Amino acid sequence: MCADVKTKELIKTTGEEENILDDPRVAHLFISGNEVVGARDLPGLQVEASEIEDGVDVKINLKEGVKIEKPVHMCFGVMPETGMQKIILKVNLCKDSRINILAHCTFPFAKDVKHVMDADITVGEGASYEYTERHIHSETGGVKVYPEARVYLKENATFRTNFELLKGRVGLIDIDYRTQCEKESTMEMTAKVDGKKGDIIKIRETGHLKGEGSTGVLTTRVALRDNATADVYNEIIAEKPYARGHVDCKEIVQDNARAKAVPVVEVKDPKAHVTHEAAIGSVDSKQLQTLMSRGLNEDEATDLIIKGILG
Amino acid sequence: MNNNKILQVKDLHLELNNTTIINSLNIELWEGSIHAIVGPNGAGKSSLANCIMGLEKYRKASGEILFKGKDITGLSVDERARMGITMAWQEPARYEGLTVEDFVKASLKKDRDIKPVLKRMGLDPDYYLKRAVDDTLSGGERKKVELASIMAGDAELIIMDEPDSGIDIESLNRIFEAVSYLRESGRTVVFITHSSAVLKQAEHAFLMCGGKVVDKGVTKKIIPYFEGKCLPCECKNEPYIGEAENVR
Repeated sequence: MCADVKTKELIKTTGEEENILDDPRVAHLFISGNEVVGARDLPGLQVEASEIEDGVDVKINLKEGVKIEKPVHMCFGVMPETGMQKIILKVNLCKDSRINILAHCTFPFAKDVKHVMDADITVGEGASYEYTERHIHSETGGVKVYPEARVYLKENATFRTNFELLKGRVGLIDIDYRTQCEKESTMEMTAKVDGKKGDIIKIRETGHLKGEGSTGVLTTRVALRDNATADVYNEIIAEKPYARGHVDCKEIVQDNARAKAVPVVEVKDPKAHVTHEAAIGSVDSKQLQTLMSRGLNEDEATDLIIKGILG
Repeated sequence: MNNNKILQVKDLHLELNNTTIINSLNIELWEGSIHAIVGPNGAGKSSLANCIMGLEKYRKASGEILFKGKDITGLSVDERARMGITMAWQEPARYEGLTVEDFVKASLKKDRDIKPVLKRMGLDPDYYLKRAVDDTLSGGERKKVELASIMAGDAELIIMDEPDSGIDIESLNRIFEAVSYLRESGRTVVFITHSSAVLKQAEHAFLMCGGKVVDKGVTKKIIPYFEGKCLPCECKNEPYIGEAENVR
């Protein structure tokens, strides 16, 4: 199968329009298994991808002051029922640069697929990095995903991520994102996961607010049904004056599912401030009764409430 | 006035935590009319509303509730809603991430354009459709969204618990206009209120005190007593103490 066909095959599974890559202002990187099937650089944006035995080594470098106007599309996929994909990602955003990446991780037919992401990300002074990762999994539960990232934010840098695993069965996911934030930098990490049957969800996100005036928000939304389980560990440490942090975790639990949330907040300076909120349990009874008073049965009302929370 | 009874509550009795909340209560509501159940805080008005709507812990009330002649006493909230009863809460629920569009459309049996009902409530669809029904909306906006969802649906009996609670005068006037529209389209509305302003919008009123209906009739008859005696009364919810014992 030629690379172009494989690229289209990947796009098709993501639900995106096939012609998204026709625009020459849109940079992209498409990886199927351990093969780079499509890539486009832009002036100032350098994407190097080299195939390794069971995956791809990717280096992204954005030059000083370069602001990429349109979202960069990335797609990592394994189309066969079995396989292993390891992505080693190194991202370096130079001073005052800006990029917004929309990544799809697609394993639509997986019965036994392992996907490992190991990322080192440096966001330079005054630079901005936004990263949305959407997963599309098969309904078998045969996907194991291990995203790990170490993120370093220099002064006045911004880092925002939005991780979504809402389509198909989770299988097993084990997220580990760690951020270090220098002076006046901003970090926001959001994870939304919909678990069912025997899915296993592990989320560990930490924000170390090392710099004065740095801010961080960790938001987690998980819905669990059947026998799914979730362990969420969110940690923010604020060690300099005027550092501000917030941890917000909500997990909806139904049937025999089990959820655990561990919010850890630590403040090492009296002028720093960190808050947290965690709510675990069934859906709110007032929300449920209101929708049921419009004629929805309990299951329909619950689904609509969860759709809002994860949407 | 239509003489058809849309709702009959017969000898309703409710105890919660060993306290009598509603005591041998009887009311009748007429199709296509605006009613008010009025009384001081703690009179049992909202509990009565919850009993009519069928909220879980209120379904253990004894007595009978008939909707269009059918006994609905044992039915769940959604079963009653599908028969034609709905309710607007005193403090509308907030929903993280759920859009106004999805919330209002949840009331529809068939998909249809909801923009007209939003406009009727003074909510610009371009601005509100994709907004979440959460803390970013004011109390008045959420009340208007809630009423829009009721107007979009086909409910025949609409219970409105404290419609003036926590909102400004502009929002309240919108709600009153919407209630007039509902009445014109043949629907029945019942206000649960301790406000004279709301009471005055109704045609018929039931005065509650201490879990009982202590007077009923055309609103004009109820208003003077409610304003002159109930509002300043120091024996709230003890209807047979002092002057209140002569109310019947």
